[in-house]
Amino acid sequence: MKPWEALRLAADALRANRLRSLLTMVGVIIGVAAVVVLVAIGGGAKAEVENEVEGLGSNIVFIVPGKFQFGTTPSLSPLRLSDVQVAARIAGSTQDVTAVVDSGENVTAGQNSFFATVQGVTQNFDVVFNRPLAEGSYLTSADVTTSARVVVLGANVASTLFPNEDPVGRTTAIDGVSFRVVGVAQAQGSAFGVTQDSNVDIPITEAQLLFGINTVQSIEVKAQNPDQIGALSTDLVSALQSEYTGVQFSAVTQSQILGTIGKILSLLTLVLAAIAGISLLVGGVGVSNIMLVGVRERTREIGLRKALGARQRDVVLQFLVEAVTLTAVGGVIGIGLGVGTSAAVGAFSPLPTNIAWWSPALAFGVSVFVGVLFGVVPARRAGRLDPVAALRTD
Amino acid sequence: MSTDTQAPPTYAIEAVDVRRSYAMDGMQVEALRGITLGIAEGEYVAVTGPSGSGKSTLMHLLGALDRPSSGRLLIGGQDTTSLDDAGLARVRGSEIGFVFQSFQLLARTDAQDNVALPLVYRGVGRTERRQRAVAALEAVGLGHRLSHRPTQLSGGEQQRVAIARALVGEPRLVLADEPTGNLDSANGHEVLNVLEQLNRERGVAVVLVTHDADVAARANRLIRMRDGLVVADEIQRRQESRGEQEVQGRRTPQLARTPQGGRTPQGGRETDGGQEAQHGQVLAIRSPAPSPSPSPSPTPSRSPAPTPSPSSDVPDIPGQPR
Ligand SMILES: Nc1ncnc2c1ncn2[C@@H]1O[C@H](COP(=O)(O)OP(=O)(O)OP(=O)(O)O)[C@@H](O)[C@H]1O
Ligand SMILES: [Mg+2]
Repeated sequence: MKPWEALRLAADALRANRLRSLLTMVGVIIGVAAVVVLVAIGGGAKAEVENEVEGLGSNIVFIVPGKFQFGTTPSLSPLRLSDVQVAARIAGSTQDVTAVVDSGENVTAGQNSFFATVQGVTQNFDVVFNRPLAEGSYLTSADVTTSARVVVLGANVASTLFPNEDPVGRTTAIDGVSFRVVGVAQAQGSAFGVTQDSNVDIPITEAQLLFGINTVQSIEVKAQNPDQIGALSTDLVSALQSEYTGVQFSAVTQSQILGTIGKILSLLTLVLAAIAGISLLVGGVGVSNIMLVGVRERTREIGLRKALGARQRDVVLQFLVEAVTLTAVGGVIGIGLGVGTSAAVGAFSPLPTNIAWWSPALAFGVSVFVGVLFGVVPARRAGRLDPVAALRTD
Repeated sequence: MSTDTQAPPTYAIEAVDVRRSYAMDGMQVEALRGITLGIAEGEYVAVTGPSGSGKSTLMHLLGALDRPSSGRLLIGGQDTTSLDDAGLARVRGSEIGFVFQSFQLLARTDAQDNVALPLVYRGVGRTERRQRAVAALEAVGLGHRLSHRPTQLSGGEQQRVAIARALVGEPRLVLADEPTGNLDSANGHEVLNVLEQLNRERGVAVVLVTHDADVAARANRLIRMRDGLVVADEIQRRQESRGEQEVQGRRTPQLARTPQGGRTPQGGRETDGGQEAQHGQVLAIRSPAPSPSPSPSPTPSRSPAPTPSPSSDVPDIPGQPR
C-alpha cells in the first residue's frame, strides 16, 4: 500500500468518527497549546527583563566586593567614597562614575508615607543610569560634599506623598530626618515589581550618616562604548584589589546580568514547557486508548483487508498513520489555539508574551512523535491479528 | 484460461495431505485430518458436509488465510509453505478471491470503492482502481449501483458487490463459503447465477461451500466432507438452474463415464458411491445424496462443460501418493 493511501484511509476513518476524533485530540490540543503559551510567556518575560536591564543605562560596569553570584548576599563592602576617584582615574572621566549605598526606609510627608528604596548616590548617578527628571533638578556635587538634606523622588513616591501638589520645594521625612525635595524623576515603568520609580535619591554622604556606615556598596562606571567594557572591568578590579589586598572584587556587566537572568528565565521556561509536555503525554495515552478501541471495533475490517491482500505492514501503516494524523491535526489546532491565547494574554494581561519561531515547530514535532509513540502498540496489535479469527468476530 | 491440452495440467490450487489442528485447553482439536485434492483451472466445485466437518477451515487454507499444521499447499503451482506473511498476503491479493457468507463489505464505503479495495494492496492507482471496479460491478449486473453503500443495497446485491470485489483482481480461484447462507432463495439464485456465469465466461475456478443440496447440484464437482476428511469427491452432471436457461446455449461435446469404484484423492479410500474424479469432464453419475433438483428432467446434452478437455488428456488426480 502506498503511504498516501494510508493517509486517505486515516482521513476517512477520522471523519467517520468526527466527535470521537475531536475528543481524542483534546488532550493533544491542550498539551500543545499549553506548551506554546507557556513558552511564549517565558519568552516574553525574558525579553522584557532584557529590555529593562538594557534600559538601566548602557555599558555600565558594576564593581562589587566578593564574587558575583545571583542569589547570594553581597559580602560586606570595604569600598570607600574615595574609591570613586580611583575609578574615575581609570575611566578617564569623573562624569561617568558613581557610587551607591541603599536601604529600605519609610519616607513620609504629612499623613502620607511610602516604603521606598533610599539610595545614597553621587551627583552623576542620573547620567550613568540615564534617569531623566520630570521636574526640578538633580543632586549637585555641592549637595554631596556638604551632605545636604535634599532628595529626588521616584515617580511613584512623588505621586503617593504629594498626590495633589507639586512636590518640589516641599519637605519629606526619611527615618525621621527632614529632606527638601529638589526634583522628581520621570516614571520608568517596572519589570517584575522592581522599579526605579519607587526609589528616592539622596546625597551619598548624607546616606552614610543616616545609615551609620562609612563604606559604599558598589561603584558604577559607564564605559564610553561596549568595546571598552572588558578592559575597563579588568583595570578597575585590579586597581581596587591592589588597594585592598586580600579582598576579591567583581566587575559585573550588564551582559553578565542579562546572561544570568536569561539563564534563569530559560530554565523557568523549560520547566513550564516540560509541565505542559506532560499533558501532551497524557493526551498521547488517550490517543493510544482510542486507537486500541478502534482496532477492536474494526477487527473484522482488518481481517477483511488481510483476506484481500493487505500485508501485516499495510495494516500497521494504516493504524500508525491514523494515530499520527490524529495527533498531528491535534497539534496544528493546539498551535493555533496556543498562538491565539498567547496573543490574547499579551494584549489583555500584564504578562508579556513572545512566540519564538521554534516553539510551534517543536510542539508540532512532539505531537507527531507522540502519535508514533502511542500509535505503535495499537497498530502492531492490528497488524498481528489473525485474519481468520478477525473475520469471525462480530 | 482453460486447461491447455498439450501442456501438463495446471491446478489452480493443490492441497497435499493437509492437516490443521487447533490447540484448545491443552487438547488438540483436529479440524482437518489429511486432505489431498486439486482444483483445476476453471472448475466449479461444491463442498458440502455437516457442520463442524472442516469446510471453512479448508477454505481458509485454500485461500492462504491460514497455514496448515502439516502438508503442502500449492497455489498456481507455487508452494506456499515457505512463504512469509507478506508472501501469503500477495498470494491472497492476486490469486484468490473470497466471498463470505456475511458479505464483509465496508459499511461506510460505496460499492465502487468496496470493489476496488483489493487493488489498493496491489499498488494500483486510484483512477485505474475505480475503472476496474466499474467493470467488475458491470460484470455482476450492478453497473447502476456504483455509489450505493451496503446499507442501500439488497442482500443479493451486497453479495454481488462482494463477488465483484473477489473478481476485480482477476484471481485464479474464487472461494465462496456459504455465499447464499444469509440470503433468501431468490437472492441466493441471483448470486449463484452470477458465480456460475463468471465461472463459465471467464474460466475462474470456483469453490463453493454450501449446505443446500440444490446449490451443490449445480456444481460440476462435489466434495463431501466429514470429520475433517473428504469422504467423497465426484464429478457430477451439472444441473441447470431455473434462471439460466437462456444463457446456457452451449452444447457439451461429449459425456464420459468412468468406471465405478474409483479412488478418491484420499490416497485410496473407498467412498460410497464416489466416482473417480477426473478433471475437465462432466460425468453423469449417481448422486450419493439424492438431490431434490428443481429441474424435472435434466437433459445431459445441455449440461455445460467447464473445461473442454478430451478424456484422453484427463490429468491424474493431484496428490495421489507418489
Ligand atoms: N480457532 C479454532 N479453535 C479451535 N477449534 C476450531 C477453530 N476453528 C475451527 N475449529 C474447529 O474445527 C472444526 C471445523 O470447523 P469449521 O469451521 O471448518 O467447520 P465447518 O465445516 O465450516 O462448519 P459449518 O458448516 O458450521 O460452518 C470444528 O470442530 C471447530 O470447532
Ligand atoms: Mg463454516
